[in-house]
Amino acid sequence: MTQTATQATQAARSSGATTSMPIAKALNESLRKALENDPKVLIMGEDVGRLGGVFRITDGLYKDFGEDRVIDTPLAESGIVGTAVGLALRGYRPVVEIQFDGFVFPAYDQIVTQLAKMHARALGKVRMPVVVRIPYGGGIGAVEHHSESPEALFAHVAGLKVVSPSNANDAYWMLQQAIECDDPVIFFEPKRRYWDKGEVAVDAVPTGLHQAVVAQPGTDLTLVAYGPMVKVCLEAAAAAANEGRSLEVVDLRSLSPIDFDTVQASVEKTGRLVVVHEAPVFYGAGAEIAARITERSFYHLEAPVLRVGGFHSPYPPARLEEEYLPGLDRVLDAVDRSLAF
Amino acid sequence: MSVKSTAAGGPPAKGRGRTTRAAGAKRRGEEPELVQLLTPQGERVEHSGYSLDPTPDELRGLYRDMVLTRRFDAEAITLQRQGELGLWASLLGQEAAQIGSGRATRPADYIFPTYREHGVAWTRDVDPLNLLGMFRGVNNGGWDPAENHFHLYTIVIGSQTLHGTGYAMGLAKDGADAAVIAYFGDGASSQGDVAEAFTFAAVYNAPVVFFCQNNQWAISEPTEKQSRVPIYQRAAGFGFPGVRVDGNDVLAVLAVTRAALEHARSGQGPMLVEAFTYRMGAHTTTDDPTRYRSDEEREEWASKDPIARLRTYLDKEGLADEDFHAELAAESDALAKRVRDGVRAMPDPGPMAMFDHVYADGHALVDEERAQFAAYQASFADSADSAEGSGASRTPAAAHGKGH
Repeated sequence: MTQTATQATQAARSSGATTSMPIAKALNESLRKALENDPKVLIMGEDVGRLGGVFRITDGLYKDFGEDRVIDTPLAESGIVGTAVGLALRGYRPVVEIQFDGFVFPAYDQIVTQLAKMHARALGKVRMPVVVRIPYGGGIGAVEHHSESPEALFAHVAGLKVVSPSNANDAYWMLQQAIECDDPVIFFEPKRRYWDKGEVAVDAVPTGLHQAVVAQPGTDLTLVAYGPMVKVCLEAAAAAANEGRSLEVVDLRSLSPIDFDTVQASVEKTGRLVVVHEAPVFYGAGAEIAARITERSFYHLEAPVLRVGGFHSPYPPARLEEEYLPGLDRVLDAVDRSLAF
Repeated sequence: MSVKSTAAGGPPAKGRGRTTRAAGAKRRGEEPELVQLLTPQGERVEHSGYSLDPTPDELRGLYRDMVLTRRFDAEAITLQRQGELGLWASLLGQEAAQIGSGRATRPADYIFPTYREHGVAWTRDVDPLNLLGMFRGVNNGGWDPAENHFHLYTIVIGSQTLHGTGYAMGLAKDGADAAVIAYFGDGASSQGDVAEAFTFAAVYNAPVVFFCQNNQWAISEPTEKQSRVPIYQRAAGFGFPGVRVDGNDVLAVLAVTRAALEHARSGQGPMLVEAFTYRMGAHTTTDDPTRYRSDEEREEWASKDPIARLRTYLDKEGLADEDFHAELAAESDALAKRVRDGVRAMPDPGPMAMFDHVYADGHALVDEERAQFAAYQASFADSADSAEGSGASRTPAAAHGKGH
């Protein structure tokens, strides 16, 4: 079931047009298509209407679909998610925008105690097709609460699905797949990559929402990443190649569920695994991946699973974030340590 | 009947509640602007803003609803004491607030309850046994909200007011001739979600009636710990009408809630109804109200009992004879028996049920854990066989060792 990015691009090309666009535009086009395809889809959030969102992800949608479907909400995140739950009960499919990662916490109660559990509470008689979009991660020189990576806090909660695209094609397709999903999906958007361009295959058959892909094949060590760190890992693989080392990069794409089969297949080929994310390492996604892969592939591992990520400190002031965020050097340092085992 | 004349447009509340509260000497139940149509002594009185002209059948029906609801509630307490339920949240004393408001709804309206709206559920034809599953511990609700337009009980305080507001926003989008009624309590009035629900409902002019049963106590905390102003007055700050009704007067609650729902259905937006009532029992069966409130206070409210006052009226007016009361008593006994038998027969779910309905579209981890747990369970079945001499050597300990 492993599909490489190259194969995906080839499939896309064979099926027709690809268009180059940044991730932000791909998300915008994706929302537009969802609004066109299903009259029950609603966009809700702060400044998503006339302004088009602070990152312009909803740009032009208010003008074309009206205030009845692209809804500027009061500045109250719990209210946004709580009313989205009610709209879902009425048969709508709300796509909620939380303006920044650090602002999701007023809504955390509604997400965890209501949105995630309503389907189970009703023994399956109620569905919660709600997407919560959250621009996340650092690297934009912002003030406090604008650079965080809280994805583990959501992946830990049964009833939620958690995904994060790393490129424009995935942004375009994964958002539509999330909207079509009958479960609540927390959709983490790598905000510092919003303006990175990529080919979007609008007529292709998309990869499954929860499927990991091999973004760069290799033989010596596996780097697992998602969202903004995929680019860093691809750069690390290119740098390592100059030194004669072949790194395989797996783009996880989904954090709940996690496609462990793809990770396992890669690790059993390379024998070494380094997990990279911006989020703090402590209790992070890397801990779960390390534990699972140790269970699955114990006798294939040539070295302990290593993790590279944020520290157990509040996200630092912007002048320090380049030190805090895993970059090329810290990833390669972990690669060196793994290979030295 | 006009809503505005008595609510937002009515005379401003006397300052009494506030000044006496500041002096720490407020007497409970002595609040301004309490809409009342039937006094605690069973006297019919008129109100300038709200009128009701019920038929004898309707009056008997309201009485029957309250009596049966109280009996159901009493049976549930008994079942808890007998160990058949893990917990029960009694509605004793709040029958009029619940039956009056529930009977004001139409089938197309949608109810968002707390966890104490057993009487409202009754008016929506929800099987009482459905309510008991979560208190017995066999599910966390489990009924289909769409069936009776009665949403699942919500335990986190105030959350459902936002769900009701969102649903009402959907009703407005659909142009539906219906409204939402979202229940909450005096304690919940302090929750941010309730304030946000008021804001959203006001901003979008959502057809939702916020129905606060102010039963005076949030577990051990009196309303003075929640608010400096009467709760119904908060609506004014959000830009919609609020009204306080005698919550132990089923006729007044019916009239006020009908008007509020009509207000919402007719496109005038949200409204807040504060039903001034009293929780006669404990917060739940785990609570001991003798630790925080006086017998005198309870006795004062007992004299305002919602069922007694309607019975006084019915009997005095010759609207209910002995046969009616005898039939109702028999019906109460039958209901209690049905509930008792139903609860005792309610099966425990199988252990694999915890993996059901976690997701609608499936989830690889749930599938994996379900399979692992099924294998683990099956390994015990093997060991049971071995105990019977089947020759298998596996034991629970061995099975545990091969688990995850």
